[in-house]
Amino acid sequence: MDKLINDFSFGLFFWQAIILLVLILLLVKFAWKPIMESITAREEGIKDALLSAENAKKEMQNLQADNQRILNEARAERDAMLKEAREMKEKMIADSKNEAQEQGLKMIEQAKVAIENEKNAAMAELKLQVSTLSLSIAEKLLKEELSNKESQTKLVEKMLGDVKLN
Amino acid sequence: MVISNKPLHFILAAFVACLPVMSFANSENDSTHVKTEAVHEEKVISHNAPMEGEHVALDPKAKVDAFIDHHLQDSHDFVFFSDEKENKHYGFPLPVILIDGGLKVFLSSKFHHGEEVAEVDGSFYKLVHGKIYKTDAAGSIKLNEHGHPENEKPLDFSITKNVVSMLFVSVLLFLMFTGLAKSYKKGPIPTGFGRVLEPLIIFIRDEIAVPNIGEKKYRKYMGYLLTVFFFVWLLNLLGMTPLGINVTGNIAITICLAAFTFIITQFSANKEYWGHIFWMPGVPVPMKIILAPIEVLGMFTKPFALLIRLYANITAGHVVIMSLIGMIFVGKNLAADLPISMGLTLFISVIEVLVAFLQAFIFTMLSSLFIGMAVQEHDHEHHHEDETAII
Repeated sequence: MDKLINDFSFGLFFWQAIILLVLILLLVKFAWKPIMESITAREEGIKDALLSAENAKKEMQNLQADNQRILNEARAERDAMLKEAREMKEKMIADSKNEAQEQGLKMIEQAKVAIENEKNAAMAELKLQVSTLSLSIAEKLLKEELSNKESQTKLVEKMLGDVKLN
Repeated sequence: MVISNKPLHFILAAFVACLPVMSFANSENDSTHVKTEAVHEEKVISHNAPMEGEHVALDPKAKVDAFIDHHLQDSHDFVFFSDEKENKHYGFPLPVILIDGGLKVFLSSKFHHGEEVAEVDGSFYKLVHGKIYKTDAAGSIKLNEHGHPENEKPLDFSITKNVVSMLFVSVLLFLMFTGLAKSYKKGPIPTGFGRVLEPLIIFIRDEIAVPNIGEKKYRKYMGYLLTVFFFVWLLNLLGMTPLGINVTGNIAITICLAAFTFIITQFSANKEYWGHIFWMPGVPVPMKIILAPIEVLGMFTKPFALLIRLYANITAGHVVIMSLIGMIFVGKNLAADLPISMGLTLFISVIEVLVAFLQAFIFTMLSSLFIGMAVQEHDHEHHHEDETAII
């Protein structure tokens, strides 16, 4: 202890205090302040950049999720539309089939009616023709038969003979 | 030359022990050698510089002791090495500033390394063991029973070797860190040497200041902590060079450093800190009265621990290294002593490089811890435990 006190030099203490004080003040002004500010600013910048990168990543993920969702929706919609179209097609085919069948049946019916009518008309015509023809034949025959007296008498006799028979 | 068996074993053991050290510090090897030689030459002056004529025939052991003593002290001139035979000193004198009935300024070359009496404006001064004493024209020095001079000492404000070293380190620090500050103007990432300095600054901030003082208040004390850390570290490292400088191993320097921490701590202390010192909350009144003087004493033991730790560590390092080098001169067998001395000096030098950093770190760490205790608001108890653990 005695040696320590003996070693203590007030002059050295004095100079050291002045040097240290001046050094601290100078370094604070010209070195530590700008250095600390730069480091802090840089660290803030890095932090911000990291944060924004993280945000961008999240946004990207959201976007991707959105895209996926939209894609899925679109796919579902397309499927639904396709299904609907298929159903519609089937329905249309069935409908047209039915209609065609109906129409066909109707046409057949109409044709049948027309055929019947035609047939009837043709029959009537035929009947008329036949009767006319037979009348004219009969007329001609009668004319021929009754062109002379003899035959006329013969006929009458024959007819009378027929009537008798009846 | 015959080398006995025992030292040989010792040499081998020492070198094996030093092997890992050498393998990672090859460049260290060179500087240590240079250092050894420089000290070797310096050693020779020990006889006449501090000892004067009174002990003419000194044995090498006493010479080495005297030289180590001389090295640990501050000095009024810068001597790199000297020639004992021709009594020549190579170096330069430094200005001496005395306050003794007026300001007296002269160059230390007037003392002729303590051999002559300097006469300034009618007063006579003599240099004994690195200290200036007032004397008469004949240069008579009265010694007390302990061998200490009893003559009157003038107030000595000389620009000594340590002051010059501090100025040198201050200029170096200023250039280094203003350079780093400027490099930020070019871009966010420093270039060149700043890349080495920046991680250290961030280390001080993140490992020392923020954990001890707290996120909110640390910024105010960063200037002091950074300055002290680099100042102490560089001075410690400068002590490792062969220039023979021992600044941080000087009690006046460590007292001044600790005083700065003490003053900053007391001036930034909040109400709670004073409350804990004079009226400890949460204990019965008689306890409060007993605790107050203990806590007041604690105020002073904290910076005292700071100053003694730095002083003792650096002084011890210097003494050990110089004693190991001194082995060469004390020992009889040069061939055996030289490798042992070199190996051990190298080994201790590497440890001292680590200690140089460690002591600067611990000084800064404890300073920030004390400041943190003074400014923190709640977990006082917790930090109290921390402190006792580290001391």
